[in-house]
Amino acid sequence: MLQLKVVNSPFNQEQADLLNRLLPTLTEAQKMWLSGYLTASQSTSAEGTPDVSTAAPDQTKQKISKDVTILYGSQTGNAQGLAENTGKTLEAKGFNVTVSSMNDFKPNNLKKLENLLIVVSTHGEGEPPDNALSFHEFLHGRRAPKLENFRFSVLSLGDSSYEFFCQTGKEFDVRLAELGGERLYPRVDCDLDFEEPANKWLKGVIDGLSEAKGHSASAAVPAEAPAGTSPYSRTNPFKAEVLENLNLNGRGSNKETRHLELSLEGSGLTYEPGDSLGIYPENDPELVDLLLNEFKWDASESVTVNKEGETRPLREALISNFEITVLTKPLLKQAAELTGNDKLKALVENREELKAYTQGRDVIDLVRDFGPWNVSAQEFVAILRKMPARLYSIASSLSANPDEVHLTIGAVRYEAHGRERKGVCSVLCSERLQPGDTIPVYLQSNKNFKLPQDQETPIIMVGPGTGVAPFRSFMQEREETGAKGKSWMFFGDQHFVTDFLYQTEWQKWLKDGVLTKMDVAFSRDTEEKVYVQNRMLEHSKELFQWLKEGASFYVCGDKTNMARDVHNTLVEIIETEGKMSREQAEGYLAEMKKQKRYQRDVY
Amino acid sequence: MVNKILKAPEGPPSDVERIKDESNYLRGTLGETMLDRISSGISEDDNRLMKFHGSYLQDDRDLRNERQKQKLEPAYQFMLRVRTPGGVSTPEQWLVMDDLAQKYGNGTLKLTTRQAFQMHGILKWNMKKTIQEIHASLLDTIAACGDVNRNVMCNPNPYQSEVQAEVFEWSKKLSDYLLPRTRAYHELWLDEEKVISTPEVEEEVEPMYGPLYLPRKFKIGVAVPPSNDIDVYSQDLGFIAILEDEKLVGFNVAIGGGMGMTHGDKATYPQLAKVIGFCRPDQILEVAEKIITIQRDYGNRSVRKNARFKYTVDRLGLETVKEELENRLGWSLDEAKPYHFDHNGDRYGWEKGVKGKWHFTLFVEGGRIADFEDYKLMTGLREIAKVHSGDFRLTANQNLIIANVSTEKKKQISDLIEQYGLTDGKHYSALRRSSLACVSLPTCGLAMAEAERYLPVLLEKIEAIVDENGLRDKEITIRMTGCPNGCARPALGEIAFIGKAPGKYNMYLGAAFDGSRLSKMYRENISEEEILNELRVLLPRYAKEREEGEHFGDFVIRAGVIEAVTDGTNFHA
Ligand code: SRM
Ligand SMILES: Cc1cc2nc3c(=O)[nH]c(=O)nc-3n(C[C@H](O)[C@H](O)[C@H](O)COP(=O)(O)OP(=O)(O)OC[C@H]3O[C@@H](n4cnc5c(N)ncnc54)[C@H](O)[C@@H]3O)c2cc1C
Ligand SMILES: Cc1cc2nc3c(=O)[nH]c(=O)nc-3n(C[C@H](O)[C@H](O)[C@H](O)COP(=O)(O)O)c2cc1C
Ligand code: SF4
Repeated sequence: MLQLKVVNSPFNQEQADLLNRLLPTLTEAQKMWLSGYLTASQSTSAEGTPDVSTAAPDQTKQKISKDVTILYGSQTGNAQGLAENTGKTLEAKGFNVTVSSMNDFKPNNLKKLENLLIVVSTHGEGEPPDNALSFHEFLHGRRAPKLENFRFSVLSLGDSSYEFFCQTGKEFDVRLAELGGERLYPRVDCDLDFEEPANKWLKGVIDGLSEAKGHSASAAVPAEAPAGTSPYSRTNPFKAEVLENLNLNGRGSNKETRHLELSLEGSGLTYEPGDSLGIYPENDPELVDLLLNEFKWDASESVTVNKEGETRPLREALISNFEITVLTKPLLKQAAELTGNDKLKALVENREELKAYTQGRDVIDLVRDFGPWNVSAQEFVAILRKMPARLYSIASSLSANPDEVHLTIGAVRYEAHGRERKGVCSVLCSERLQPGDTIPVYLQSNKNFKLPQDQETPIIMVGPGTGVAPFRSFMQEREETGAKGKSWMFFGDQHFVTDFLYQTEWQKWLKDGVLTKMDVAFSRDTEEKVYVQNRMLEHSKELFQWLKEGASFYVCGDKTNMARDVHNTLVEIIETEGKMSREQAEGYLAEMKKQKRYQRDVY
Repeated sequence: MVNKILKAPEGPPSDVERIKDESNYLRGTLGETMLDRISSGISEDDNRLMKFHGSYLQDDRDLRNERQKQKLEPAYQFMLRVRTPGGVSTPEQWLVMDDLAQKYGNGTLKLTTRQAFQMHGILKWNMKKTIQEIHASLLDTIAACGDVNRNVMCNPNPYQSEVQAEVFEWSKKLSDYLLPRTRAYHELWLDEEKVISTPEVEEEVEPMYGPLYLPRKFKIGVAVPPSNDIDVYSQDLGFIAILEDEKLVGFNVAIGGGMGMTHGDKATYPQLAKVIGFCRPDQILEVAEKIITIQRDYGNRSVRKNARFKYTVDRLGLETVKEELENRLGWSLDEAKPYHFDHNGDRYGWEKGVKGKWHFTLFVEGGRIADFEDYKLMTGLREIAKVHSGDFRLTANQNLIIANVSTEKKKQISDLIEQYGLTDGKHYSALRRSSLACVSLPTCGLAMAEAERYLPVLLEKIEAIVDENGLRDKEITIRMTGCPNGCARPALGEIAFIGKAPGKYNMYLGAAFDGSRLSKMYRENISEEEILNELRVLLPRYAKEREEGEHFGDFVIRAGVIEAVTDGTNFHA
């Protein structure tokens, strides 16, 4: 039987001791009688028995709520992971925590809240992630409530290489304050390596909440994305062995798309269709040597590569630890201080010019354009960003390929400012990564891109180019589970002959009935270009019919053009086939989003 | 008409017979399969029917394995064969072929051993457009392949005499007269409205062929002595023009020839057509029709390997077939008239013909029209076609005659020939000029070894031996095919190589220079080195021991190197 203590019971020390001595000696029958007696005497006599509630030691408890609501807006899962950990940590501290994505939260409940924590990333060109859109809109709209006795704090995720760094977080922060909210801890903006600042924020938030609660804060447990049972995670990536690495594009294609098969054996890592894999790439050694040359640095000189003070030979460090292919504002700022170069100082101050300059340029350009650099290797690497991971939509189903994960990676190559530029991760995969090599990876679950629970539900998949990846995983999964639901795939690329990714697999799924219907669009085979959205229009009647039957609609791939056009086309189809107004059609789609029947994995 | 003695062979009909039967006169499901966007291929059954429309589904065999790894289907593409009776094409038609090859094909044209154009590499979705543009140019692909009568060959050399023009007219009449009558082609490719098929009486749709068409392909060629360039003896039905004081009096009729065989199957063999008599020009259509109906009724519909007319003739006997023919004609053929062939190759360069017209015979290696690194053949011919007022003639040896050039135009054309270095082959060895190679890899689905791409390489090495022995100007017909189907008529080459496996060939010797005697296998399954070693012995001997004007094919027999083949039936003996 549990020992009564001041903390876990309403009794004071003396009472607790007495009870602890008495209770173990009672028989079952005596306990029954006693409990009966106590309840009876409660209702009858007004005096004699001690009033339990008054025995409670902590008075502040009544005044300030222990309830904390955490809302996250997350596209690729980082913010979600952080939000969930913040939740766990606070619960362990005795708070009543509710964690939810913004679009699952009923906006009308907002004014009922007293403590709100926001964890949100920024996407597109400074836009909110999909699952934050509606809440963001509500908050900035006329229906947004006045907020009294309302305290909040914002953790915003972003990437300083984008012009609108952490834009969405900033907007929430400003807006909540406007509506009358009071900051219980100032907003923290995180760059790609967000662990440290996120932890700092969490500590601050706990103190903020606890002061009020009159509890003394204690060190927060470090935030860490949940990775199931596996010891491996974003911060402790697994070195996966490359099993297969081939080019999916036939001879004569303008494209190169790698099909990568990695082994997860022994990692304990698991995933579901729709999840992504993060890869920590290495820089192109040739590029690193160019940089070393510019500085005439000694490649073997050892430098510190992280806050923990770990050291490595310079060349290794530049290959594995630091980002040298992207210019960010903070980087240029610090660089400006390192060199005496006034041109650079001026540039950093001029928003437009800065933006223009960073386009398609890398650290080597920076070093060449703005000398002189009388800085030590150590000083210089200290201003570089940690090498950020790249995310890839998983192209396989774990049940179909135990211990394996497959990816579909488009090689990024382009010419800019007189130099051939190569995507760090994709070109690593296409030019240097061999079967047998290993590469650090972690799993990024994506709850916003999942097959319907009900296997009978029809699915429509739109995945041109590398957007095909998750749908290969969907098909493998449905084949494994023998799902009965109809499925319809829209694929597109440049040329039928060379660019029909996974063609033979699609043909087999069609033949076997795993896939019900497939439509393809190859933009450069005909005079007038055709794209997936054109094919959707050609079948608008049938497509809308599927939607009416409850089909889920998935889009994966290019965000800037494809996803936008597909979205507009979808609205158009709903409008015409459903005989609705534009607004109604958009409402219809919004509703589908709420029901998780319109999901996107776009980048 | 029912015939007591004559019977077609017993046995269940071959699968192709079923396909024809179910096809509703060559339509099948082509309509739908050609629209399917998920594969650029079509079903096996539809491909069988496709042949009747002049096309084959193929794939680039160079890429097969690599694409399979890449999870891509084979590089499916269509080969399209354009029927050009007698190999005659106007400059306008040439320009259309050229343009289509660039637009939809693989940028090259193949001049075939039956005087037709072939385009390779056409994608499914471009087929209809291509066929329509061909049609608009007044050519077509109907019955260019399939179990019907094929492109009728005809000696193309206009300079021989005016007779040639007359003979050409008869070949064209034959070609048109023997076409299938079904509207399938027009419905499928030319968007002709489908006539709501009133319960069709078979005779009405295909009066001559019937619903099952022929048991196998059927080929007709017309030769004008002394040139046997069209290899008249290799045809199912050959006509040999008979001239009396420069006038066409009629044709000797030869039946039962064919080149194809199957490795290791002695029941299959090349055979030469045999002359059974003579008919007047105005009887030629009737004769052809009746012979075709004999093959239709008595050919082997069970085993395709033995379905060609040559086997029907050998089975029933030449005399029996002749009788049956005369029964069906209701009249008898005359005695065959004397004639003489002296070669089956081409004569190159400028020649002056009748009516003061000029003709330039261009050597086209392997019949392939393309722009090569250092030889812009295709561009050159395009430029010529733009100014040419005569016509083009495809020869049976895959060469090209720029024909009927007026004296006024001659200068302009020869300047272009100069400018693009178009060759009459004079600077090549006579051996190379007498060479013939089938398409084979990478497009031919039946190829076992290289041919068109490899023969030029091999020839270079053989030419070294030829030069050493002073035989550079000696014409020796040399032919190579990638498999025993014999598309370059190897059994009629004085030296022939038939593909067995990658890099391996059977070597044949002893055919007659005028195409009147088959060759015989001399070595089996040998490699390049072995081939060269054999020739390092044979060619020096020929150089030293040959008699005045003796051709290589005759020499090897006289010298006892190889035994003469007196009939296809003892080809394997
Ligand atoms: C293009 C051409 C060879 C060339 O380099 O010019 C050719 C090419 C092919 N021939 Fe042929 N044959 C060609 C003249 C011949 C000849 C020569 C002739 O007719 O004078 C023969 C030997 C004569 C004969 O028919 O016996 C010939 C006997 C065959 C055969 C064997 C037929 C037989 O019954 O033994 C086949 C295979 C078959 O039909 O099953 C064949 C099949 C083929 C196919 C269609 C392969 C196939 O069936 O899949 C080849 C297409 C290759 C490609 O990629 O283009 N081809 N074929 C010739 C086209 C002629 C035309 O314009 O119609
Ligand atoms: C959730 C998610 C899922 C993803 N799934 C996939 C997937 O399945 N398959 C896939 O291939 N990718 C996928 N991506 C994209 C992937 O993460 C990488 O961004 C991509 O592979 C490029 O990375 P990289 O290191 O090769 O190129 P980087 O070194 O990161 O360079 C890419 C950058 O170069 C710049 N750039 C590119 N082209 C030009 C140009 N023409 N001119 C100037 N600048 C240019 C752009 O700033 C671009 O961001 C996904 C991304 C996300 C967020
Ligand atoms: C397509 C795309 C666009 C992005 N745009 C921005 C941006 O405009 N501003 C910014 O600060 N970060 C931007 N980011 C970086 C993300 O905010 C950053 O990766 C963050 O960690 C993602 O968190 P999440 O997984 O919760 O969505 C972008 C990322 C992607 C993939
Ligand atoms: S001979 Fe054989 S390999 Fe050559 S084209 Fe004819 S079928 Fe093909």
